[in-house]
Amino acid sequence: MARVQLDGITKTFGSGATAVNAVDNVSLDIDHHAFMVLLGPSGCGKSTLLRIVAGLDDPTAGEVRIGDKLVNDVLPKGRDVAMVFQSYALYPHKTVAANIEFPLKVRGVDKAERRSQALAAATSLGLEKLMDRRPGELSGGQRQRVALARAIVRQPAVFCMDEPLSNLDAKLRTETRAELVDLHRRLDSTFIYVTHDQVEAMTMATSIAVMCDGKILQTGTPEQIYARPATVFVAQFIGTPPMNVLPAGVLEGESVRVGFRPEDARIVADSSDDTLPMDVRLVEQLGHETLVFGDVQGAKVVVRQPASSSAPAISDTVSISVPLGARHRFNADSGERIER
Amino acid sequence: MKRRWRDAPTALMMLAPSLALLGLFVFYPLVRAIWLGQQACDNTGNACHSVGWSQYIDVYRSNEFQNALGNTFTFAAITVPLGIILGVGLAIVADKHLRGIGVFRTIFSSTIASSVAVASLIWFVLLNPQLGALANVFDGIFPVLKRPGLLNDGGTALPAVALSSVWAGLGFTFVIVTAALQSIPRDLYESAFVDGAGSWRRFTNVTLPMLSPTLLFIGVVITARAFQAYGEVDLLTQGGPNAAGRPTETIAYFIYGKTSRISNQLGLQSASAVLLFIILLVLSFIQFRVLERRVHYAN
Repeated sequence: MARVQLDGITKTFGSGATAVNAVDNVSLDIDHHAFMVLLGPSGCGKSTLLRIVAGLDDPTAGEVRIGDKLVNDVLPKGRDVAMVFQSYALYPHKTVAANIEFPLKVRGVDKAERRSQALAAATSLGLEKLMDRRPGELSGGQRQRVALARAIVRQPAVFCMDEPLSNLDAKLRTETRAELVDLHRRLDSTFIYVTHDQVEAMTMATSIAVMCDGKILQTGTPEQIYARPATVFVAQFIGTPPMNVLPAGVLEGESVRVGFRPEDARIVADSSDDTLPMDVRLVEQLGHETLVFGDVQGAKVVVRQPASSSAPAISDTVSISVPLGARHRFNADSGERIER
Repeated sequence: MKRRWRDAPTALMMLAPSLALLGLFVFYPLVRAIWLGQQACDNTGNACHSVGWSQYIDVYRSNEFQNALGNTFTFAAITVPLGIILGVGLAIVADKHLRGIGVFRTIFSSTIASSVAVASLIWFVLLNPQLGALANVFDGIFPVLKRPGLLNDGGTALPAVALSSVWAGLGFTFVIVTAALQSIPRDLYESAFVDGAGSWRRFTNVTLPMLSPTLLFIGVVITARAFQAYGEVDLLTQGGPNAAGRPTETIAYFIYGKTSRISNQLGLQSASAVLLFIILLVLSFIQFRVLERRVHYAN
């Protein structure tokens, strides 16, 4: 059982006037066998947080527990974690087999046992025919799978992954997402996965923590975060295209910013008190749907329509309506969600 | 095929500048030296006449050449491994992110800016039995430092010259290895660390293999340099110490040194120089063939 608990974690780089809190008093409870995605823009501290869990960085303050054991002073070796790096970090001079066997070799597992465990890990990822190759002779996707095989071979309690898909092309990324979900289902490990790609977070996570400026803004299931974003930042970080958030006073009162998902707005024939005028700037026909981009009182807004409905022309002025139930309300000053 | 010949004049024109330079300063002297190797000349280098190609074999078999060859191998056997080990060791020590480490990097690489002559003078003074700091400080532990002095004892003179040479070459090894160390991705170390590898394992599984092309390069370069050692011998011992049977006479000094037995004998000197050239060629070839299999080049 590997529950991961982070309590009041702070990581400061530099000192004095130039000190920067890369991670700022973060607490997070990750259940056993969760697929936790740390999601945020670059520089938000998500990789630093992951490195603190793996033992590559020491927190300036706070406690890290893995499986109820305090591990602040435990080397990575004693934490039972494995890590997959964005660059894969394969040993270029070793064969695929030797790369996968390396963690076992370090732990003193005997040669025959190493062989069979490495082969099992490789086979589960479809690498069994590549065992004698060197990383330089593999494609990006194959290298990525070797890095995964090396991480799963010793069946770690916690599996840390730092943007492992970002060096793959779009098609391979989609395929590998499905493989990672499958891997998570098969293994009894806790996954902690760092990404800036909200699609990866939404498709794989059992739980997402959205980070910004070293802080966690919201933790929840993908559905919760999509349906009830806690702040304007979260609302606009999740979803493609992201949520439209109007300036204060455009809809409802002066102290409220109203947001709505592109699919929740509708272009209507007649204007009324409940509709907003939108100047159409761009129309993107994607086949299965149409995205209409425009301006509403100076704010950029996207409306998603089914491909079957007729699209407006560029520079038309249309009326859009946003049903009350689909509106998200945020405090105009703090950006925090207002529940009603 | 046709196209190749049509391009020939252009190709020749483009090659001409380097062909002219190489021809004048490399190929011509080389061919000339090979030719001179079978000649005997008078003291002024004139009135040469052929004595046959067997002169090469005679030179090779001579006691003087064999002595110089043995000394040169000993000299290389000391300077090459010691130079690499010390250079790599210092580079690894200085490859830490510590405050003020730049000062040490500068100190360790400073010998790259000093010539063999300067390095030899420094060691000549250091090792001097009357004035030298080493002789006066360690007198009680190593009496040989004082009587007769490292450079004046037949048994210690060659290692002492080698020591000065290692010191002079350290900056070069340090700079090259430091650059190579900085090009090793940090991820590899971190990955090995998470997988449980201690510092020795990380050194043998990441640092050494990733340094291997650099080490091969350095090995070949400083081996060639050791086989051409002349300046330090000339300045420190001139092949001596005088009493014994020329224990520090390297091949380069044998060829060119003032006190060499064949000084002013152009034919014998040329034959020895060509022999040194052949020996180095074979040695470099062996180094590449044997070591390259153990070297990993990044893709």
